[in-house]
Amino acid sequence: MVPVSYYVALSAILFSIGTLGVLIRRNAIVIFMSVELMLNSANLLFVAFSRLYDLEGQIFVFFVMTVAAAEVAVGLAMIVAVFRNKRSIDIDQISSMKG
Amino acid sequence: MLLSETTTSGFFNLVPWIIFFPVIGLLINLLIGKRLGERGIGTIASLASASAFVVSVLLAVSINGHHEAVVVQFADWINIGDLQIPWAFRVDTLSVTMMLVVSGVGTLIHIYAAGYMHYDVRYKGDPKSYRRFFIYLNLFIAAMMILISGDNYLMLFVGWEGVGLCSFLLIGFWFTKNTDGTEGTENALAAKKAFVVNRVGDFGFLMAMFLTFWAFGSLQFDAVFAQVDQVQEDVIIAITLFMLLGVAGKSAQIPLYVWLPDAMAGPTPVSALIHAATMVTAGVYLITRSFPLFSAAPEAQQIVALVGGATALFSATIAAAQFDIKKVLAYSTVSQLGFMVAAVGMGAYVAGMFHLVTHAFFKALLFLGSGSVILAVERGHHPLDNGHEDDQHGEEHHEPFDPQDMRNMGGLREKIPLTFWTYLMGVLALSGIPIWAGFFSKDEILTDALHENPTVYWLLVSAAFLTAFYMGRQVWLIFFGKARTHAAEKAVESPSSMTIPLIILAGLSVLGGLLNFPGVHTFTTWLEGTLGHDFAHATEFNFTVAGLSTFLAFTALFISWLLYGRNPIEVDQKDPLRRILGPVFSWMNNKWYVDELYAMIVIRPYQRLARFLAETVDWRFWHDWIHDSVIANGFRSLTRFLADPVDLGVIDGIANGLADFVQGSAARLRVIQTGYVRNYALSVLLGVVVILGYLITR
Amino acid sequence: MDLVDFILEPLNLVTFFPLLGVLLLLFLKHEQKNASRWVALLTSLATFGISLWVLDLFDANDPDLQLVINKDWITVAGWNIKYALGVDGLSILLVLLTTFITPIAILSTWSAVEERVRDFMLFFLLLEIGMVGVFLAQDLFLFYVFWEFTLVPMYFLIGIWGGGRRMYAAVKFFLYTMAGSILMLLAILWLGINQESFYMPELLETGGIPPGTQYWLFLAFAAAFAIKVPMWPLHSWLPDAHVEAPTAGSVILAGVLLKMGTYGFLRFNLPLFPDAAVELARPMATLAVIGILYGAAVSYSQKDVKKLVAYSSVSHLGFVILGLFALNSIGIQGAILQMVNHGLSTGALFIIVGMIYERRHTRELDEFGGLWKVMPVYAVLTLIVSLSSMGLPGLNGFVGEFAILLGAWGAGAAGGSLGSYFFTGLAALGVILAAVYILFMFQKMFLGPVTNKANEELKDLNKREILVLVPLLVLIFWIGLYPKPFFNLMGPTVDQLVEVLNTAITAALP
Repeated sequence: MVPVSYYVALSAILFSIGTLGVLIRRNAIVIFMSVELMLNSANLLFVAFSRLYDLEGQIFVFFVMTVAAAEVAVGLAMIVAVFRNKRSIDIDQISSMKG
Repeated sequence: MLLSETTTSGFFNLVPWIIFFPVIGLLINLLIGKRLGERGIGTIASLASASAFVVSVLLAVSINGHHEAVVVQFADWINIGDLQIPWAFRVDTLSVTMMLVVSGVGTLIHIYAAGYMHYDVRYKGDPKSYRRFFIYLNLFIAAMMILISGDNYLMLFVGWEGVGLCSFLLIGFWFTKNTDGTEGTENALAAKKAFVVNRVGDFGFLMAMFLTFWAFGSLQFDAVFAQVDQVQEDVIIAITLFMLLGVAGKSAQIPLYVWLPDAMAGPTPVSALIHAATMVTAGVYLITRSFPLFSAAPEAQQIVALVGGATALFSATIAAAQFDIKKVLAYSTVSQLGFMVAAVGMGAYVAGMFHLVTHAFFKALLFLGSGSVILAVERGHHPLDNGHEDDQHGEEHHEPFDPQDMRNMGGLREKIPLTFWTYLMGVLALSGIPIWAGFFSKDEILTDALHENPTVYWLLVSAAFLTAFYMGRQVWLIFFGKARTHAAEKAVESPSSMTIPLIILAGLSVLGGLLNFPGVHTFTTWLEGTLGHDFAHATEFNFTVAGLSTFLAFTALFISWLLYGRNPIEVDQKDPLRRILGPVFSWMNNKWYVDELYAMIVIRPYQRLARFLAETVDWRFWHDWIHDSVIANGFRSLTRFLADPVDLGVIDGIANGLADFVQGSAARLRVIQTGYVRNYALSVLLGVVVILGYLITR
Repeated sequence: MDLVDFILEPLNLVTFFPLLGVLLLLFLKHEQKNASRWVALLTSLATFGISLWVLDLFDANDPDLQLVINKDWITVAGWNIKYALGVDGLSILLVLLTTFITPIAILSTWSAVEERVRDFMLFFLLLEIGMVGVFLAQDLFLFYVFWEFTLVPMYFLIGIWGGGRRMYAAVKFFLYTMAGSILMLLAILWLGINQESFYMPELLETGGIPPGTQYWLFLAFAAAFAIKVPMWPLHSWLPDAHVEAPTAGSVILAGVLLKMGTYGFLRFNLPLFPDAAVELARPMATLAVIGILYGAAVSYSQKDVKKLVAYSSVSHLGFVILGLFALNSIGIQGAILQMVNHGLSTGALFIIVGMIYERRHTRELDEFGGLWKVMPVYAVLTLIVSLSSMGLPGLNGFVGEFAILLGAWGAGAAGGSLGSYFFTGLAALGVILAAVYILFMFQKMFLGPVTNKANEELKDLNKREILVLVPLLVLIFWIGLYPKPFFNLMGPTVDQLVEVLNTAITAALP
């Protein structure tokens, strides 16, 4: 049986990759994918730990996946809206919130 | 005999049909009348009324000798706790008498109207109204039947107001015209006046019903009458006096008689049917119907009798100085109704009802005759009428011409002989010449009055004298002398659909006295079935009374001949009576200025009050001042005070200070707001790291 | 499944069915005018059908609340607020009246409203929900919610589709009603806190409010209801609202909304505060009688037809109040019937005024005259409705008025007193004055020659307009000739109420 620490490590790696992706990449879709990666790294942890304890972790995974799906739907809609306006999904172009 | 029963024997169950038949007639005319044509409409309406008459006859046959009222329950109506009022019909000799009169005279008038209206709608320029007229007429018969056949006061009241409505509709039948035929609102106003004045009377009736219900616990006739001796006399006096107010409205007694003369704005058959023969006698019927109440309140009876007597004399004086042929008859009707009310007020119920019946005959006759006269003159006036009278409207009104003004007539005896002779029968009956119907009925009233109340007797005798006088005056003015206008010269006799009813009614006016011939007293015996022996006493023939009134009648006719017959008045000549009476004649001619008095003390003050309330109190004070000035503007000033010094000075000061502070710090902090999501995400990450670091190292 | 059952409860359906129409309307575009009209009409007709089903389920012999829905609604912090609907003899007729008048009002406005039809219909259906809810709610809090809810659509109906001074009228309408409702809300909260319930049957069972307190609670409730009725002298918002409102709005306002006030007295003031009701019956009757005479007199000198009809409502509803505060069975049953009657005949009068306004764009009496000649069908229908309004026997108005006056005459313990005779006599004068102003209106509009050129070519009613009036006329005759089924519906409940009141009357006797 694979020890839990492996899962934790893998999850941490995935999470870092996701974080870096969000911080570094300029394409909005890629950023989205990175966010998904972060969410899924968390899912992995949930699943791993639920094997040790009870099933609640797995239930949470479902919630997370639902939220992720909703988020993707909303996010993609926003991206499409932005693209219509700006003809680009480069997020550096979108800085109208600048103070 | 006060017991009622629900029976299935005889024809009693037919009684609702006296209402259904006219209703069916009016519905047929309403729905398909347009396709039937004039002849069809008239036939349907007359048949409807005639069918009601047939049913009435069947009821009369059934009730004859029956000494109990028969009550036919038809359906429930109002039922709240103790207030149980059904649609129930009462058949007894009293109601059957009324049914016979209403449907009998009604049918004759329907037939007459079928002919009369043919011309009238054309002279008024609106042939389409023919159908409307007969719908109203049938509606009236139905409402009147409800009035007289109801078994409780409320049902009576339904008919009571229903006939008032029909009266309103029919008075205002030519609602675009003035009484002289020009365009205007006079007819409409007359109709409104009739309805409103009647409503004043109905107010009295309503109050009487409230009192009755709470005193007797019922509005059903038998139930009320059975308890008369258990109720305080004061209450009964109040009930009967309120009823008197209702009677004064419907039967045109002082002080509410003023609507009836104006009601002559309606077409003549209407005046005959509603405003002479049937509807206006409803008050007399009401008192007779409530005889146990009235008999239990002698004080009220006194007042009723006095009101009747005073009305009889008062309106007779007015009738003597009118020129409009129908106005004379109208005031005469008021006067004769006074006779009846006085009679039933004195407890002479049989005499009152007897006079009601004979009066229905001869007054209907007189009105129909006057209609025939008017039509004759009008046809003489209209040049279009020669030959092709159908389908042509009289459009050529060269000059204002009043076909109802007796000064425009004269010498009509030879032009329209049939109308003349039948009219004469009516005049003789009304004047109380022996053998004619009016003589017997009036005499019976006078005899009773002499016993019961001498004051009333003298009032009535004077009225009877004046009656003979003004009727004589009318005959001389209309039928004798020379024709005073072109129209009167060209007058044409009316068609047979009009003259046949005239002849029948003339026959009834001559022979009607046989109904209750002294010594035989058929009618008294008949009504005994309803009134009981105590209240249906036969009045013995009194030769003194009869002799005096006969003498007075002949004297009056003679005087009228002296004034109007010996030297017929010429065109534009003043009325001879004016020479004798001087200014009094003007007063009589102007109806003693009662209408003006009412306008001054009731109508105009009410209008002024209403305008004051509406414009000043409600609008300027309540709406504009209280609401707009006090509440709305007050609130606005308050808000302005709060807004300017309080809010701007104090609260805004604080708020602005805060805002300045925030603005200042914000200007410095905005630098870190780059607008790049990445930067924000990085700071989030750093924050997470810091917090996690703290949590771990703690 | 529970949820479906809950939704299918008859009273829930009848209250909230119009919501379906509202949803459908939201899917329509502004340009789809006819579709909007049909959706609204069919929805309201279906609601009427449901209310007939409710009538079928209703057992007239049972005086208590029926078809009750009773669920906990807001129970936080010790509040015991329920979602409670129920119907009994006091409300069944008014529910039917509401669902009956609404489709008629919608049909009557078919061609009158051309702007933003969809929104108009939407507000109309929302209004129906509120009105039915008011008559069905058995929890004071829920009642208050529905009561206030009706204000919103009405505010917009007047404020958007009204006449020249519509904003003024709409705001005035809103503020007046709100002002009264606040006091009522306070009283409701007092009851909820002290009696620990908002649910009517529970409140009635608990009872035991000391007479002194009853007095104030009565007045607080009365403030809301008296403004709504409106009783003299709080009627100042009524003519404005009526004159400015679109036809259908006036119809609903007169036909149903005003009844919410009288219904409130009947449902809450009488049974909850019987001692105060007995004590205050005399002042209330005084105001009612003043209202009757004042409304009649003021109507008489109006120049605007719609205003005339509006003021006549003040007079008519005075009768209703008088009947309620007769505190006996005859008076109260007459009053309930008269609420229905007023809804029918005044509603019809407003429709009639709307019809002529659509043709002539004026309502000045002086502009008319001789219309009978030009529009005979219109004239005859108006005549019948006017006669019903002035209480001609054989038509509906009379039955109600007669019962009210008869009840008022016998008000008190022993079949009336001099005081009650006096009141009734004065009120009966109102019957004369009603004839005066209504015949005045009729004569001014329809009789006499056609004097105004603009009236010569007017078209008589079309089929739709006749169809609008016919159902009203059928009921006008039906109630006039055979009101038994209507009295049967309310009888047992009213008798039960009168028993409570009689106890209070006996207690008040020295």
